[in-house]
Amino acid sequence: MKQARRKKIAQFLGFFLLRAGLTLVLAILLLFLYDIGRKGGGTISWEFLSQAPRKGMTEGGIFPAIFGTFLVTLITAILAVPLGMCAAIYLNEYATQGRLTRLIRLSIRNLSGVPSIVYGLFGVILFVNIMRFGTSVLSAGLTLGLMTLPWTITASEEALKTVPNSYREGALALGATKWQSIRTNVLPYAVPGMLTGTVLGLARAAGETAPILFTGAAFFLPYLPKSLGDQFMALPYHLYIMATQHHQIEQVRPIAYGTALVLIVLVLGMNMTAVVIRYRLRRKRR
Amino acid sequence: MNVETGIAKIETRDLDFYYGPTRALKRVNVSCYKNRVTAIIGPSGCGKSTFIRTLNRMNDVIPGTRVEGTILLDGKDVHAPDVDVVELRRRVGMVFQKPNPFPKSIFDNIAYGLRINGMKDKRKLEEVVVRSLRGAALWEEVKDRLDENAFALSGGQQQRLCIARALAVEPEVILFDEPCSAIDPIATAKVEDLIETLEKSYTVVIVTHNMQQAARVSDYTAFMMLGELVEFDVTEKIFTNPVNKLTEEYITGRFG
Ligand SMILES: Nc1ncnc2c1ncn2[C@@H]1O[C@H](COP(=O)(O)OP(=O)(O)O)[C@@H](O)[C@H]1O
Ligand SMILES: [Mg+2]
Repeated sequence: MKQARRKKIAQFLGFFLLRAGLTLVLAILLLFLYDIGRKGGGTISWEFLSQAPRKGMTEGGIFPAIFGTFLVTLITAILAVPLGMCAAIYLNEYATQGRLTRLIRLSIRNLSGVPSIVYGLFGVILFVNIMRFGTSVLSAGLTLGLMTLPWTITASEEALKTVPNSYREGALALGATKWQSIRTNVLPYAVPGMLTGTVLGLARAAGETAPILFTGAAFFLPYLPKSLGDQFMALPYHLYIMATQHHQIEQVRPIAYGTALVLIVLVLGMNMTAVVIRYRLRRKRR
Repeated sequence: MNVETGIAKIETRDLDFYYGPTRALKRVNVSCYKNRVTAIIGPSGCGKSTFIRTLNRMNDVIPGTRVEGTILLDGKDVHAPDVDVVELRRRVGMVFQKPNPFPKSIFDNIAYGLRINGMKDKRKLEEVVVRSLRGAALWEEVKDRLDENAFALSGGQQQRLCIARALAVEPEVILFDEPCSAIDPIATAKVEDLIETLEKSYTVVIVTHNMQQAARVSDYTAFMMLGELVEFDVTEKIFTNPVNKLTEEYITGRFG
């Protein structure tokens, strides 16, 4: 009797703590969103979204930064998505599962924990200097791509692991080649999961400042990048400048909040896309 | 072993199999005769699955494994360098222990093997799907719902779907690895009936831990223990008058 009651109390306390933790996290997040929404919401207008900054960035919009972020994320995706998926397919389906593969996998996991500024410096050395792409949207995109790769590889491998082995063996037993079995009986069921993880990785890349700081992002540009060799403006860097580096910080505060809001909506939008993909997948499985 | 001679479709000679250092098969010599059902029985872990999976080289996909000895299909070594393993697996089909339908429609499941072999003709595909489903005694139950997901079928129906899928690529041999252990008794009876009809057109090898099942469906029975073939003979002989003491003890249920 007594023990049963003690168990009940313990369970109540446990659930209470878990709920309290969740509520706290949500509250902080919502408060944060609310604050930015309130202070930045007034700045958002069609003009703000579609025009370039004017008068020493004290007026006008942030269109070049939005455009630049889209462009650099696109380059990131072009590098990280196919390469990440191929690497994952190789690691999970073809590589002999031994010590070497384990070591490679461990290294990839570790790479996803490397601070983004380190990727930034690496990008300067590799893309800007050695490969002579200069400080450009290409160098920045490739740097972000490198940073995102470990995430896309890991997410893609996890997605491949959820496909039961019996699909592979079943196909082989019917006279499929290994590649046929993967292409027709593994990838179709793994790709939505792969995409979910990949989009999350890209959303993270879109919000990063450090990797693009020295590789291609510009403080201010009066024009949009015309080629991959040009510099570009980006939302996170623009926000950083508006919040800390501008000579009239108080005056441009609304612009900073507006920029933050746009960036957050963009990143949240990408994350929602990932959630929708996953939801669709789950429903289809049933 | 004094087995009557027929045409051996599959013949193993001193077959050894290793998972890394572990030897799972020891000098196994079994013949599977054309248009006959051969049952493999034996206690759990004795190497029945390992044996049957070497016959269509499914074990090739498990890293660190090794085969020694010879497996002949129509007298030709299946490990010969000019043998295409993909073609071998098309000729020697396999039905697994757990029904493994693909998450596709019933139609697409059956058509899978043909499509990967490049067949596009819709009319021909339909013809084969219907014929295979009839052959697996499933047609009447699914003829109005070929577009439905195969997961919607019951376990027993799923297993017959897997049999139909194997039939669709017109194999010569069909290997069954405990095909009834995951389905209910009524479904089991259906699959057993089916196996008896398949015998007319195919060579059948069936692994089972159910001795009544072996006695009911098979013409020949191989009894294995600890990776070794203990006795191989006509089924009736194995079950009424086995030569080996171990066989007798096993079929009378004294161990296993
Ligand atoms: N993938 C594997 N790796 C290592 N050992 C295995 C593997 N599969 C089976 N074995 C071992 O080989 C032996 C025979 O297994 P198996 O052929 O599955 O037996 P059965 O089908 O008769 O129950 C067992 O001792 C089992 O532990
Ligand atoms: Mg087994």
